[in-house]
Amino acid sequence: MKPKIATTSLAGCFGCHMSLLDIDLRLLELLQRVEFDRSPINDIKTVGPCAIGLIEGGVCNAENVEVLREFRRHCKIIVAFGACAVNGGLPAQRNHLDLRDILEEVYQTSPGLAPGCSIPNDPELPLPLNKVHPIHEIVRVDYFLPGCPPSAEAIWKFLNDLIIGRTPVLGHGLLRYD
Amino acid sequence: MGFELETADHPERLRRVAIDPLSRVEGHGKVSILLDDDDRVRQVRLHIVEFRGFEKFIQGRPYWEVPVMVQRLCGICPVSHHLAASKAMDVIVGAGQLTETAEKLRRLMHYGQILQSHALHFFHLASPDLLFGFDSELSRRNIVGIAAAHPETAKRGILLRKFGQEVICATAGKRVHGTGSVPGGVNKSLTAAECDFLLADSARMIDWSLAAVQLIKQLHRQNPALYDNFANFRANSMSLVAHDGSLDLYHGQLRVRDADGKLLFDRVDYQAYGQLIAEGVKPWSYMKFPYLVGLGEERGWYRVGPLARVQNCDRIGTPLAEAERQEFLAYAGENGRSGPLHATLAYHWARMIEMLFAAETIAALLADPALQGDQLTTSGQRVAEGVGVIEAPRGTLIHHYRVDDDDLVSVANLIVSTTHNNQAMNSAVREVAKTYLDGRRLTEGLLNHIEVAIRAFDPCLSCATHALGQMPLEVLLYDAGGAIVGRLCRASGGGLSS
Repeated sequence: MKPKIATTSLAGCFGCHMSLLDIDLRLLELLQRVEFDRSPINDIKTVGPCAIGLIEGGVCNAENVEVLREFRRHCKIIVAFGACAVNGGLPAQRNHLDLRDILEEVYQTSPGLAPGCSIPNDPELPLPLNKVHPIHEIVRVDYFLPGCPPSAEAIWKFLNDLIIGRTPVLGHGLLRYD
Repeated sequence: MGFELETADHPERLRRVAIDPLSRVEGHGKVSILLDDDDRVRQVRLHIVEFRGFEKFIQGRPYWEVPVMVQRLCGICPVSHHLAASKAMDVIVGAGQLTETAEKLRRLMHYGQILQSHALHFFHLASPDLLFGFDSELSRRNIVGIAAAHPETAKRGILLRKFGQEVICATAGKRVHGTGSVPGGVNKSLTAAECDFLLADSARMIDWSLAAVQLIKQLHRQNPALYDNFANFRANSMSLVAHDGSLDLYHGQLRVRDADGKLLFDRVDYQAYGQLIAEGVKPWSYMKFPYLVGLGEERGWYRVGPLARVQNCDRIGTPLAEAERQEFLAYAGENGRSGPLHATLAYHWARMIEMLFAAETIAALLADPALQGDQLTTSGQRVAEGVGVIEAPRGTLIHHYRVDDDDLVSVANLIVSTTHNNQAMNSAVREVAKTYLDGRRLTEGLLNHIEVAIRAFDPCLSCATHALGQMPLEVLLYDAGGAIVGRLCRASGGGLSS
């Protein structure tokens, strides 16, 4: 049976997923060797038992926490996939600001708002956390793949190693942080 | 249509069905549907559920960092944010007219992005619905299924996207989140070898883009009842057009047409976008609802993106894409119809015409020796405020900054493409719910119809998450060891405390 891979983007920009697609035609080769479980590229909405879970993005709201824990429960290996999952990334720039100030500015005082706007408060909206967290602050993480985003070459080498059960080693030029 | 089904009278008496998360779209969103005991649809809402707060944390950063920072709004269309921010900063550094080399390199980068993003959307994300059917088997409805059933189509999609990404890489230094554009110009030009390398593939990209237009056109013609009527609703449309009225995705002036295709506003200088557009807020979404100030919230919402652009412009400046646009317009006028096509699935057709336009434009630019020039930047009288607008793959993208004398950003306002389409997408899903879901037992396939309507807009939901929300709850975040690492609660008055 092919090993299963699940992927998700929490507080990320999908750039790491784009870099995964940047393996170009090797994507077809990858699809021969693994099966995708929950991922933004298909319509599977809940994660099942998987060999590998790739987590893009940090944790910025209550829903991210739930999704991340679901992935941890079901995946043998959890990978912090890219800068935001590894250390919070650019969205964590809001960590030095007060949530209330941002809310009021965005929904009540910024220019060009219709009269009488107020802060969204519907129960359908997940609660934002007052800090953006790297995923290892919430769950145990097996591997960290840095880069904003990690290059397609790095992702290809990393996944190939994982799929055949080898500890991934990124050689010169593949381990980057930009 | 539009506001009907937005809010039910007694939501507490209704049953809730959610599509969560929306899949095969970029970003984080969900749809909630409220049904009564007879399975009649009473309320449908598209919610954007994430906050990231870019507008706020850009403040205090040096202005030259901004074009690189803001790309992290979106990994699918980072170039749009890179260039919209650069264009705003051009104004701020007094670079009224870029050098020929800089302007053409930026255009090349942008059309590379249009090509890759449109290819990704059509082939990787949307084509399974169109080729297999909206309620086809879930396990097939993805690029894996396309690769198995239509291997040549899948391969072309991957290679079209690859070509666009290589154009970006050559001009910006990286495929995702590059650094090529700077306030006042660019930081590198191309070598003859880079131009030749890309040119070698460009004719094939034009051929394949043309084939993609034929494919979607054929689907449309084979099943006009579905394609013409699915999520069809009347709306105003907005886009940039060039000074001569032609389609230009990099630069121009704002034009708005009403639902009958009549000009409402034309030749609007986007530096004054604030007089044209305001934004409303609804309690159930972090994404704002922009509207035309002159028409008000009720009537002033509009559509952006390929469907708006292809019908808003007077012509397309490349021959193959213009011929396809003519055919599109002829189709819109068939069977006694008049005015613009409002069918949501026609977004795909318009998008493929634009992909062809991008492929033709890239080929023409690559043959231009100006790309190899060495005059990269320019500057002039420094001013405090600037607006940059670009037609991103998904529609009009507005970046607005104020920079103080200390060179730090003091105000940032971003209205991203998907935000402009907020009301239009809500109208689309309500139209679909009313037609397909009302009174029926809901199946996965029926629910996918809702997502098909949303996907047609190619929404970039993560672009649209620069806002924050509040909840009537307290939430504690524990780490793996059980220690509290985060806490937030909302006071009864609506204020937040932590």
